[in-house]
Amino acid sequence: MDLTVAAMLVQDGIASGAVYVLMALALVLVFAVTRIIFIPQGEFVVFGAFTLSALQGGQWPHAATLLVAMGALVFIAETCATLRNPDLRRRAGRGLAWHAGKYLAFPWAVYLLAAAATGQALPMPAQVALTLLIVAPMGPFLYRLAYEPLAEASTLVLLIASVGVHLVLLGLGLVMFGAEGVRTQPFSGADFALGELQVSAQSLWVVGVSAAMVGGLYLYFEHSLSGKALRATAVNRRGARLVGIGTAQAGKLAFTLVALIGTLCGILIAPISTVYYDSGFLICLKGFVGAIVGALVSYPMAAGGALLVAMLESFSAFYASAFKEVIVFTLIIPVLLWRSLAGAHGADEE
Amino acid sequence: MNKRLIVPAACAVALAMLPLLPTPQFWITLLNYVGLYSLVAMGLVLLTGVGGLTSFGQAAFVGIGAYSTAYLSATLGLSPWLGLAAGLAITALCAALIGLVTMRMSGHFLPLATIAWGLALYYLFGNLEFLGKYDGITGLPPIDLLGWDLASGRDIYYLIWASVLLAALALHNLLNSRPGRAIRALKGGGTMAEAMGVDTAWTKLTIFVLAALLASWSGWLQAHLQRAVNPTPFSVNYGIEYLFMAVIGGIGHIWGAVLGAGVLTVLKDALQGAIPRLTGVSGHFEIIIFGLLLVLLLQYARDGLWGALRKLLPAPEPARAPAGAPALPKRKKPRHGELILDVREVRKEFGGLVAVNDVSFQVRAGEIVGLIGPNGAGKSTTFNLVTGVLPATRGEVEYRGEPLRGLPSREIARRGIGRTFQHVQLLPAMTVLENVAIGAHLRGDFRPRGGLLASILRLNRAEEAKLLSEAARQLERVGLGEHMYKEAGSLALGQQRILEIARALCCDPALLLLDEPAAGLRYREKQALAELLDKLRAEGMSVLLVEHDMDFVMNLTDRLVVMEFGTRIAEGRPAEVRADPAVIEAYLGGVE
Repeated sequence: MDLTVAAMLVQDGIASGAVYVLMALALVLVFAVTRIIFIPQGEFVVFGAFTLSALQGGQWPHAATLLVAMGALVFIAETCATLRNPDLRRRAGRGLAWHAGKYLAFPWAVYLLAAAATGQALPMPAQVALTLLIVAPMGPFLYRLAYEPLAEASTLVLLIASVGVHLVLLGLGLVMFGAEGVRTQPFSGADFALGELQVSAQSLWVVGVSAAMVGGLYLYFEHSLSGKALRATAVNRRGARLVGIGTAQAGKLAFTLVALIGTLCGILIAPISTVYYDSGFLICLKGFVGAIVGALVSYPMAAGGALLVAMLESFSAFYASAFKEVIVFTLIIPVLLWRSLAGAHGADEE
Repeated sequence: MNKRLIVPAACAVALAMLPLLPTPQFWITLLNYVGLYSLVAMGLVLLTGVGGLTSFGQAAFVGIGAYSTAYLSATLGLSPWLGLAAGLAITALCAALIGLVTMRMSGHFLPLATIAWGLALYYLFGNLEFLGKYDGITGLPPIDLLGWDLASGRDIYYLIWASVLLAALALHNLLNSRPGRAIRALKGGGTMAEAMGVDTAWTKLTIFVLAALLASWSGWLQAHLQRAVNPTPFSVNYGIEYLFMAVIGGIGHIWGAVLGAGVLTVLKDALQGAIPRLTGVSGHFEIIIFGLLLVLLLQYARDGLWGALRKLLPAPEPARAPAGAPALPKRKKPRHGELILDVREVRKEFGGLVAVNDVSFQVRAGEIVGLIGPNGAGKSTTFNLVTGVLPATRGEVEYRGEPLRGLPSREIARRGIGRTFQHVQLLPAMTVLENVAIGAHLRGDFRPRGGLLASILRLNRAEEAKLLSEAARQLERVGLGEHMYKEAGSLALGQQRILEIARALCCDPALLLLDEPAAGLRYREKQALAELLDKLRAEGMSVLLVEHDMDFVMNLTDRLVVMEFGTRIAEGRPAEVRADPAVIEAYLGGVE
């Protein structure tokens, strides 16, 4: 192998690595706060990519319809919960108005905005912002519908529920987007040469946005009250509740962040590689392998693991492309062996 | 004829008659697949429903079974039976490897590892030249069963359903045995099982391998039913579907697996036909409905269909303690007054915090020693150091002259120390008798880890008789004899604590360690407990108990050890301790 090829592969690895790093961080975040292994994270990537593509192509972004539907379901669930609980029932008027605002009016506002934007030639940042606005609120909605009723269940039950949610979103993805793949316009079309190496500006965008996101998350967790509340919930759920942090609120917040990150990942990779309705699962699992390297607890370890996965993928794609996935997913066995021997995570279940 | 047997017998006859009657071929095919899926789902019932672990990679094990026999029988022209043997061997090896690397980690690593492994294997099948890449292998010969050529669906039907019934019987036998009770104890948290002498990591590994073997067996049958293999049915999606079947049917019940496999197979077939007819679009939209069903089941009916159906059937007969079984051999007990537990300057630090500060005390045979102190004094930590739940930072604990340092709690149990728990740890759905029999885990006829095959083949009758009658004997001893066949969860808290003592007595201990036995008990229950401990002492038992309740320990114990802030502040007879100024200071605060 000559140096140019190696440099190309490294560049590819870094670009997809940046996306896996974000995925891994999101997965660690949601696991630490809610003990949920969030397999449907990959579907947010897909939804993000297809929504952006629809906005660029002047088509109706179906995800906006889904958002309205999910909002309506959450509203029904909240109304039922309010009416069943005598305490809440007394203040039902105000509570329901608040829920109607969050779960009915807001999705409809987004829907109308999307309707107004369809067919307009929006600038790129506006397209991205609208995509995030359409897809990311599904995160907390999903938490309310699927996971909150199970909040006290074991990790295992939550994991099985995650698989159920993954199947639903995957099927809906097929209904909304069809079996054809999409590729979106790059943020910037420029390629430039660095010596003999062609660097695509899109890869730089991916790495840059990813790094900014990681930095933003760091600041959020270190310096903001809600970030600290999330960390407290991750360390000790009961303790957090005793000092007044609602675990359901923490869950919704974590899901908002995760959905936001997932959608952003979709926006970032859609210009580099074609995304299909079922691409999310594999992307998510590669993030997972990275997160497992960090044993689902450490952010820097998870990020390092995700980069490692991407490099491995990039180089095995060159040497043994047919066995790319085999190599990446078999990596988990030696990694687990290593983690197991290191004994970082004892046998203490729950 | 026994009334209980009527329904199963009728089902068996109906199953056997179906292929002989003019049943449409479609139904036979459907039933064949239900049988194949049931085998895999049954493994998941054992793994997930009973053992509390799970796997999304069962389809990969089905694939190993199918590809092994396909390669050996179609490509190399060998007998399908050799293919079966090879498939099972390779499966066991792979499952053991995956199990080994994940069993020591917390529970969610196994399912994640199995997803990754399932994906890897799917792509491997699809890319290997000698396995025919994504086209797979065709032209498999039919299975030849002692001259009976199982070429048609109607013929292999019998082999498939015989396998299902045998597997169900095997699992039923296994779960109602000594190793089976160890498997069921896994769900109650590993600490209890380990304290009863169960090697939990080994037990988890065993059930993972067993579940994988069932899947591999199903793969073998599947390959010879279809007479061809390709990678698609072995992808992770199918692995998810298998788990789904087990959840629908009722993840804790063997027959739930069959029910779940049946319901899902029929439902899938119906939906695949109905949705395109209704909407005019094709695609596998049934996954939306499956996913929704899965989440709703977990939210509203975690016990599945069988859980609901079971209430309509007569309750199964609980395991009975047979009369006249030979008694288990007993270990040699220490003489009265002999030193049995010697705790010398043990220390436990958590980071900078010294939880137990060089504490020493002794227990002699035939006495009751109380370890008391205010909240946070380090009593429970000391207790955990003695039972091997926590490793000591420094110091030595000797039991009958043998150091216990570094031994896991199951080894400590083997040496003759029985224990109970501060928060009662029993399996509420099991009978009182079976719960107590877990305590006798180390006293079976087979090695503690062994006896699996004997249990499956019901060759363990002598062992079962001895263990269950020992459990019954200990229940009589503690006065719970009349509650033997009730569900443990239905007892009052006081009785549950006594049950734990009976369970501890089942390991034939010379020393009992009781962690706050009187906590949460009513006055009468405390009296009954004190009487029981008094009686055990009279029989020569030594007891070390951690306790809060002063009245309880003052009247019962021979000696008291008082701790405060991790340090021993007093030791002596109850009357002396009560007069000790340091103890008064610790309990009531100093006199200003």
